[in-house]
Amino acid sequence: MAATSTASALPAPAAGFKALIALVGVGFAAALYRFWVGLGASTNLSDSVPWGLWVAVDVLSGVALAAGGFGITAAVYIFNMKKYKSIARPAILTAWIGYTVVVIGLVIDIGKPLAFWHPLVMWNPRSVMFEVVVCITLYSAVLALEFAPAFLERFKLTGLQKFLKLFTFPLVIAGIVLSFLHQSSLGGFFLIMPHKVPALWWSSNLPYMFYLSAIALGLAMVSFESIVSARAFKREQEMEIIQGLGRGVLITLGLYFAFKVGDLAYRGALSQVFSSGKASVFFILEMLIGVIVPIGLYAVKSIRESVNGLFLAACCVIVGTVMNRFNVNFFAQAGPNSNYFPSIVEILITIGLVSLMVLLYRLAVTYLPVFHEPGKSH
Amino acid sequence: MATNNEKAKGVLVDLTRCIGCRGCQVACKSWNERKTGKTTIEGNFTNPKQLNSDTFTRIAFIEQDNGAQPVWSFVKDQCMHCQDPACLSACPVGAFTRTPEGAVNYTFEKCIGCRYCMVACPFNIPKYEWESTNPWIRKCTFCSDRIADGKIPACIKVCPTNVMLFGNREDIMKEAEKRMKDSPGKYVNHIYGKEEAGGTSWVYLSAVPFDQLGFNTKIPAQKLPDLTWNMLGTIPAKVGALVVGLSLIAAFRNRGANNDDDSSESKQGKEK
Repeated sequence: MAATSTASALPAPAAGFKALIALVGVGFAAALYRFWVGLGASTNLSDSVPWGLWVAVDVLSGVALAAGGFGITAAVYIFNMKKYKSIARPAILTAWIGYTVVVIGLVIDIGKPLAFWHPLVMWNPRSVMFEVVVCITLYSAVLALEFAPAFLERFKLTGLQKFLKLFTFPLVIAGIVLSFLHQSSLGGFFLIMPHKVPALWWSSNLPYMFYLSAIALGLAMVSFESIVSARAFKREQEMEIIQGLGRGVLITLGLYFAFKVGDLAYRGALSQVFSSGKASVFFILEMLIGVIVPIGLYAVKSIRESVNGLFLAACCVIVGTVMNRFNVNFFAQAGPNSNYFPSIVEILITIGLVSLMVLLYRLAVTYLPVFHEPGKSH
Repeated sequence: MATNNEKAKGVLVDLTRCIGCRGCQVACKSWNERKTGKTTIEGNFTNPKQLNSDTFTRIAFIEQDNGAQPVWSFVKDQCMHCQDPACLSACPVGAFTRTPEGAVNYTFEKCIGCRYCMVACPFNIPKYEWESTNPWIRKCTFCSDRIADGKIPACIKVCPTNVMLFGNREDIMKEAEKRMKDSPGKYVNHIYGKEEAGGTSWVYLSAVPFDQLGFNTKIPAQKLPDLTWNMLGTIPAKVGALVVGLSLIAAFRNRGANNDDDSSESKQGKEK
């Protein structure tokens, strides 16, 4: 994309850059292998576990990781919280790259990659999957337009930029609405199998739980990136912003925890928390790492005022929420005969996709005015 | 989705009549031109262990101890052909259709291979051609090609003990109830498939409790697609509410937004 541009505002960090390219290359080779030999020979997917690592991480978690895009634009443009304006562009960038990589992951995962466009012309409005595909497609377009000013600024196309500004609010609102629909619908996938998903996870409220946890995860991801980018580019940490994000994550996690416990109690499933065998172990781990520990960390003043503390809490939320998506997906399918551990090809492709995200992000923040603050020229 | 359609067919499977000859398994393979595989015996006579993309039906051999001697039950598995199929509603591209006779069929040309049908099916019926680079979802077709030709499904045709009764679904439901009434105590008091997943075209009678025969007895008696439609059906209302709500909040929070360094944006804020 912007790799051809000559001038760069920030020096490209060399450390790890080659490693990233190598990981993307290995992932690309693994994807070619998967296309060449088919899913059976390259993955550990089977009739008893048709959805594996790619669905859980590349799709379910990837989309949730990108939730910061609509979270921050909502804060800045809808709630007029101006102090977050400086991270709106990085958040939109993360989301846009996230969705691009999710779509690549989907094309690798589906059995007939060349038929990936079918849902756009063959509609089944009764299908949650159809709704998700439509929303992701539209939202990718919205994100491209929301991020376009970075390109226009870079190439000094001020006329177009002014024109696009007229649509700021409609785009932001469209982004929030589309995100609400598909973030919740990813949980909606599992509504149709109430007898398969353990009671620890299945609830008619599952879509709203996915939505809430996506917001927590999205905000955690934005603060994770802010902290890492500031370190990588030797900028000063924007304490006010990352503390504000931490508060946002804390409030969302608190709501999620109350909602989750209330829902379990309402459905009479609280007793199953400790009595569901393997599912219990995974459920407790997911709640501890993704919800309870970070709430505890944010609650301690000295931790939430330190960069390292905020970084640790954000990491917990990221790991815990990815675990949640993995758990819901796996236990929805797990029968007495189910056994699944991803194959090396599945793992390499997933690592390749994550590396691709980081690589694209680094290229973008290096060559485009992403961290450009209003008022200052870059 | 007319469930009381005059043309809707059904099959009553009376498990007490099955002798486990597996003629249906062979007939199914033969009619559908499915590959056979090398079989192995692993402490159980069920072969193959699970349905797969080349096996649309198979007899499960279930051995139970009756105190003195082993008792065998033979259970025929195949697609139940739900009246309101989860697979049909789950498929993003509408690759599944339900014929007026009640057969749930699949169109390869539409399929993208997302496998949501496999995950969504309450009975875990759709199977995948994992070894292919251009894979199909495979499952029992209710021999809808034969039905369209006025014939009965291949497995029913060859069954030597008349385990299966093919007819209008309403009629076979009446027959199931009649058999239970005529032989009190012979069957457990349940017609499997009458209400499971909102009702299926294939229904079962058994002398042994269904949960002991590998039937999933936790499947709710409701049309499963309703569970997702409850969410999808309210999307227009949610979109409307969100757009109005967000616009109002934006207008309120950005009122008199002339303190912003960006004039065109402030104007936009005021207009809202």
